[in-house]
Amino acid sequence: MTAPHSDPVPHSEPVPQPEPALHSVPALNPDPRPGPAPKVPALSIRGLAKRFGDKIAVDGISLDVPAGSFYGIVGPNGAGKTTTLSMATGLLRPDFGTAAVHGVDVWQRPLDAKRLMGILPDGVRLFDRLTGEQLITYAGLLRGMDRETVATRVVDLLAAMDLQEDAGTLVVDYSAGMTKKIALASALIHAPRLLVLDEPFEAVDPVSAANIRSILDSYVASGGTVIVSSHVMDLVQRMCDHVAVVANGRLLAAGTVDEVRAGASLEDRFVQLVGGRSHTEGLEWLRTF
Amino acid sequence: MVAHLLRLKLTLLRNGLRRSPWQLVGMAFAGLYALGMVATLVMALAMLRNAPHDLAQTAVVLGGSAAIVGWGIVPVVASATDMTLDPARFTTFAIPMKQMLAGLALGGLIGIPGLATSLVALSTVATWSHGVLPALAAFAGAVLGVLTCVVLAKVVTTATASLAASRRFKDVSAIAFMVPLVLMGPIVAGIGQGLSASSGFLPGFARTLSWTPLGAPWSLGGDVSAGQPGQAALKLLVSVAALAALAWAWKSLLERALVTPPYAGSGRRKGGRLGLLGVLPASPAGAVMARSLTYWFRDPRYSGSLVVIPLLPVVLAFQGSQTGDFTSLGILAPLSAFILAWSISADVSYDNTAFALHLATGVRGVADRLGRALACLAFALPVVLVFALGYSALTGDWAGLPGQLGLSLGILFTGLGLSSVVSARYTVAVPLPGDSPFKKPPGNVGQTLAVQFGGLLVLMVLVLPQVGLLVAQVVTGNSLFGWINLTAGTVLGLVLFVLGVRLGGKWLDARGPELLAQVSVNR
Repeated sequence: MTAPHSDPVPHSEPVPQPEPALHSVPALNPDPRPGPAPKVPALSIRGLAKRFGDKIAVDGISLDVPAGSFYGIVGPNGAGKTTTLSMATGLLRPDFGTAAVHGVDVWQRPLDAKRLMGILPDGVRLFDRLTGEQLITYAGLLRGMDRETVATRVVDLLAAMDLQEDAGTLVVDYSAGMTKKIALASALIHAPRLLVLDEPFEAVDPVSAANIRSILDSYVASGGTVIVSSHVMDLVQRMCDHVAVVANGRLLAAGTVDEVRAGASLEDRFVQLVGGRSHTEGLEWLRTF
Repeated sequence: MVAHLLRLKLTLLRNGLRRSPWQLVGMAFAGLYALGMVATLVMALAMLRNAPHDLAQTAVVLGGSAAIVGWGIVPVVASATDMTLDPARFTTFAIPMKQMLAGLALGGLIGIPGLATSLVALSTVATWSHGVLPALAAFAGAVLGVLTCVVLAKVVTTATASLAASRRFKDVSAIAFMVPLVLMGPIVAGIGQGLSASSGFLPGFARTLSWTPLGAPWSLGGDVSAGQPGQAALKLLVSVAALAALAWAWKSLLERALVTPPYAGSGRRKGGRLGLLGVLPASPAGAVMARSLTYWFRDPRYSGSLVVIPLLPVVLAFQGSQTGDFTSLGILAPLSAFILAWSISADVSYDNTAFALHLATGVRGVADRLGRALACLAFALPVVLVFALGYSALTGDWAGLPGQLGLSLGILFTGLGLSSVVSARYTVAVPLPGDSPFKKPPGNVGQTLAVQFGGLLVLMVLVLPQVGLLVAQVVTGNSLFGWINLTAGTVLGLVLFVLGVRLGGKWLDARGPELLAQVSVNR
């Protein structure tokens, strides 16, 4: 279930479909409802909060990402998306709150949780004195995979990311988009059940982006879960089936894309939720040349 | 506009210092050092006032020429020039070229090297303060000379900007710069000897230089003081013309650079070569070891310290050849054991945020620690053995070998264990990935010093048994102590190595995210 608060949706369907609900105030109110046990969410975070100095970056976010969903997290710059995802993936210790991946607590059993996750963090360096091929291999070997499996998957991943021609080039000499792709490949190598991708399409060319999207689509179709953060609404609307809107460290809305956008375009709905749109007045001089 | 550029430079400097009080402390130390140098030179120049004219003129011209050459060479070789006023950043602002040149040139004077050069140059006025005219001439010469320094540096950096932007050049030049730095002692001694052998040649050399753009500005005061205003006028012409030519070259280079940003192309290479990753065991620890070893050879921040190791015997042998006593070579093995073992104490700081990969893949702390320590051991052990054996072969002192090996191996193993603990807990200020090893690292200088000195003290305490046994052997002359030392050093060292790797691994497991947060501050 996506919504961490009780939703009045009847649960008498033959196949219990996860019915995420739009909510603007995330309340922690799990109801013990009868019927088939609800599926364990792929990622479940509760009351995550983080403060840097006197700035509260994340102010109590609770969210359930259903297994098998393609989940978008959108928000303006500095909304706390990266901080939230870092805390949910075990890279940044939260001040408050918990996170669990397929029921495994990220901060109690980090090694087990990380085995289930593939992470593409934003704004971190790579071991860029390795070649692209070496970097993916390194990520696989660090995960304790055997050499043969790693070697086969590295070849496949390089082909999927269209990086065969540059496999032997040092990552430090890669362009921004190529770097993003090689980092994504390193996150995929151990076939995780949950992929957490922070800004995966930044600086990636349209052709590669389309390739990556089709990889992610078939990954979701076969039961995997993808979480992407982005501030490109259009992309999220086309790609994701669920979306959460974050601003100022708080969750403003979460649910299926159709629920959240409520008939409008996601972008308009986002601007409405975040409320940051200033009117076009005031720059008259820009038209005076 | 010139004032704007200068204010921008000052603001950048102040904001850089504001990031942490330790930045200020580091700057203060650098400033004190420079101040000491400047004070010495200023005093020397003032004292030259009463020296014979020829001596003063020779010293001023040679020193000034060396300053200009230095300003031309250092920015390229160190590739650590201050790029805060990188002209490329002003491309979009449509600043008139003349004002931009003036602003950038004056901006180049703000900072320790610029201020130090200016102060020393201006004190040549004191050298020639025999009268108003010589002093005025010296002042004009100093201004021209300093401007020549700055503009030459700008010409050189602009001309080599695209070269310097290429990673390969940066890597190579950073390592190449290490060599003269380490060999400074022998080089200075060699030059000193050469100079004293050919002191009669220097005044002639200075006289020749004074007709070139290198020496012309610095000779103005002396020439006027010697009553040769005609010669001074000609030299003034030479230096003004040289400055104008340099400024013109800078202007045209800058005009070109502003519309053609540096392009660092590099060939594409297909894969198929995994290097060490395909050779070492396919386990997390093996992978970390392979990656670390690859970095030891590919990252100039690591390979810089590798270059130092073969140069150490050269420096010590040189010292030995001066005195005829080669026993100082005996410290080679323990010293290199210490340098190499301690060099991984900042490993996570060197990784910077790339460490996130280790955290994200959930590699166990012990595997991380072990891989890094084994990578260092892989070449440190042969190096230490070769140095110890080589020393005994050179001196014929085979009885001392076990004791020396005991101490060296003890330091090596203990140091690696201690480094594994230190780098799992503390971060230190190191140059960022991709930066020159000589670049002033961002971050907390105070903590760096505390960690380094604290670690050194602990290491000294930990290897006290080996040191004691070595002293006992030297005092009593009993070779039994040497054999005990070899056994004890190896066993005790290995025990501490294992303990260090395990404790470091435990700490890393517990505090990985905090460590990542610490290195993320400087990126």
